[in-house]
Amino acid sequence: MDFLVANDISKQFINHRALNSVSISVPEQSIFGLLGPNGAGKTTLIRIINQITAPDSGTVFMNGQRLRPGHVAQIGYLPEERGLYRKMKVGEQAMYLAQLKDVPRKEAHRRLKAWFKKFDIDTWWDKKVEELSKGMQQKIQFITTILHNPKLLIFDEPFSGFDPINANILKEEILKLREEGATVIFSTHNMESVEVLCDHIALIHNANKILDGEMKTIKKAYSNNTFTTRLTHLKGSLRAELHADFNILETHQADDHLQAKIHVEAPATPNDLVRNLMQIGEINSFNEVIPSMNDIFIRNVQENNLIQQS
Amino acid sequence: MNKILLIIQREYLIRVKKKSFIVMTFLGPVLMASLFIIPVYLAQIKDSDVKKIAVIDETDIYQSTFQDSESYHYEHLRMSLDSAKSRLPEMDYYALLYIPATKVVLPENAVIYSTKQATLDVRNHLRNLMKQRIESLKLEASGIDKETLNATRANINLTSIKLDESGGEEKSYAEVAMGVGFISALIIYFFIFMFGSQVMRGVIEEKTSRIVEVIVSSVRPFQLMMGKILGIALVGLTQILLWVVLTFGIYTAFAGFYSDTLDMKAQQERIMTQQNSMTSVLGAQQQEAENTEAINPQVNKVFDIINSINFGVIIGSFLFFFLGGYLMYSALFAAIGSAVDNETDTQQFMLPITAPLILAIIVAQFVIQNPEGPLAFWFSIIPLTSPVIMMIRIPFGVPTFDMILSMTLLIAAFIATTWLAGKIYRTGILMYGKKVDYREIWKWIKHRNY
Repeated sequence: MDFLVANDISKQFINHRALNSVSISVPEQSIFGLLGPNGAGKTTLIRIINQITAPDSGTVFMNGQRLRPGHVAQIGYLPEERGLYRKMKVGEQAMYLAQLKDVPRKEAHRRLKAWFKKFDIDTWWDKKVEELSKGMQQKIQFITTILHNPKLLIFDEPFSGFDPINANILKEEILKLREEGATVIFSTHNMESVEVLCDHIALIHNANKILDGEMKTIKKAYSNNTFTTRLTHLKGSLRAELHADFNILETHQADDHLQAKIHVEAPATPNDLVRNLMQIGEINSFNEVIPSMNDIFIRNVQENNLIQQS
Repeated sequence: MNKILLIIQREYLIRVKKKSFIVMTFLGPVLMASLFIIPVYLAQIKDSDVKKIAVIDETDIYQSTFQDSESYHYEHLRMSLDSAKSRLPEMDYYALLYIPATKVVLPENAVIYSTKQATLDVRNHLRNLMKQRIESLKLEASGIDKETLNATRANINLTSIKLDESGGEEKSYAEVAMGVGFISALIIYFFIFMFGSQVMRGVIEEKTSRIVEVIVSSVRPFQLMMGKILGIALVGLTQILLWVVLTFGIYTAFAGFYSDTLDMKAQQERIMTQQNSMTSVLGAQQQEAENTEAINPQVNKVFDIINSINFGVIIGSFLFFFLGGYLMYSALFAAIGSAVDNETDTQQFMLPITAPLILAIIVAQFVIQNPEGPLAFWFSIIPLTSPVIMMIRIPFGVPTFDMILSMTLLIAAFIATTWLAGKIYRTGILMYGKKVDYREIWKWIKHRNY
């Protein structure tokens, strides 16, 4: 079942169109990647889900219900532009933010103490925020985002400003939260983290959604029947021996082996290619070339630009 | 609603706990109380210091003129001026007054010798004594009796009495009304500026620290804005309350400490008994009042002045116009804060806010001369200036119609500016790195959706 559904969301700002009839469906307990270049409209869509801005048209449903103000208590939001009151003490501030999310005072205190212990930052409670480093502040921000046990978590560029160690902690916490039942929407440019974390993605470009679906399916669609192989003990030239159905994209000759990237033209199958290769030499390895999200992203955006130009 | 209380609470506590608030709270009353205390204290010091003055009077006319008093002690020396002058440094005199002998005319010349510069006070004192003596001698010479002269002197007491609608009479003291009105207008002016810019700085702080988007994902921008405005209003009220209490406390403590020498208590008691006797005999009240005035005009005047100030009305309307003016202006301050990225960018937007306030203070000086004129009427009705100008008019008495009209318009203006500011605020707080001008803000206001 889809936990969050946005239907035909449009939003016109004073000087530009931010969203043009964009729809997304986020399955329950999944990590949903919201991708797109800068200024594509991701943050606007996120703000609409958070009810910070209102859409001109379109509706958002959360857990089957139309979005209403009460839902904010079930959403945890870590914005891209984030910060804390610099002059306020860490503990006081975390308590304040938790209470704004409808967590009762005592309960907020109990949960905060537990989280501070877990992250080993007990001693920070009475420190002022301005005394902490940026990485330390990010930890506090993360805790305050999830303290009210939200069912929907929205992270906008969560890894920016994190050092690799803290980024890894964050990644693990996000995965753990999903296991515990949370649904995560996650907006980023960092394609590497998309590969690791996301189950579903949507790609937004120039206010339009240009691609969405399950990541596995998308990758499959873009995998394109291309394989890499490593051969030793060649009996002849690869180019001469290979069947016409197979198109050699690139080769790399080393001392004792040959590396090649080969495209299989339908109706031939990968098995046909393997049989053909067995006759040429000894197969050390044979892999399907899976396009990276980075490639898919760039390819889609560029194609879209071409369409718009023509 | 619960969330707006949380915001108010945070905004209030964070400011009240600040060192600068605590320092201001205690320094303010000390400064104010010292305005009353220091003159009294200085007077005390002067009294205790007795100046010894040597007199060489070659004319012998002033033998009985220089009588010892609390601050002056005189000694007539029988020696030549030269020997007295040469011995002055070693003798314990503050000054040496030398009156040279004259042959034909009365001795009107004298010289003061002193090791330190003789103060103006001392010189005036000696000059007055001599003047009186010479005057009386001249009167005698021209055959005018001193008592006759005194009898011709007249002292005019002009009591002004204000008649109210029900025919009651009330003595009015224009100077006091002016003072009270101007001081409360000035305080309102400063407080609107002080706490209004605190609202603005608070909004800028939330914007630059980038916490605002986190907050508005939990509460509506309007709640955040109102919470801040109301929280700071409470800070202002707390400050005023503490100042009043502390100023009064310091003054009372001081007055009690010096009550013996100042005879304050006796005076106050006299006032109390007079008041009792006055109110007990209702019919003959006016006559009694006139009688007591004759008996003790000084005390009666103090009592009358205090009575002529209607503290209930003044404090009540002060609170109303302070709050109304503050709420109206601080919404605009909040809107400015939301539209800029840092405090230096606020300049261009400050003018439309500061101009009416400064205009109000300038107009105030004319209104105080003529609190009933058309200038006073219009500026106390227009909401942008009414909080300042109305406070000047109130001690003089304001017609009920003017008052109700002014208050209603102020409330309406506060609602209007808050509504307007809310529209600017909700767009502005999420806008970074954009140079905003009036045209841009006008678009934000017109834009139907946020």
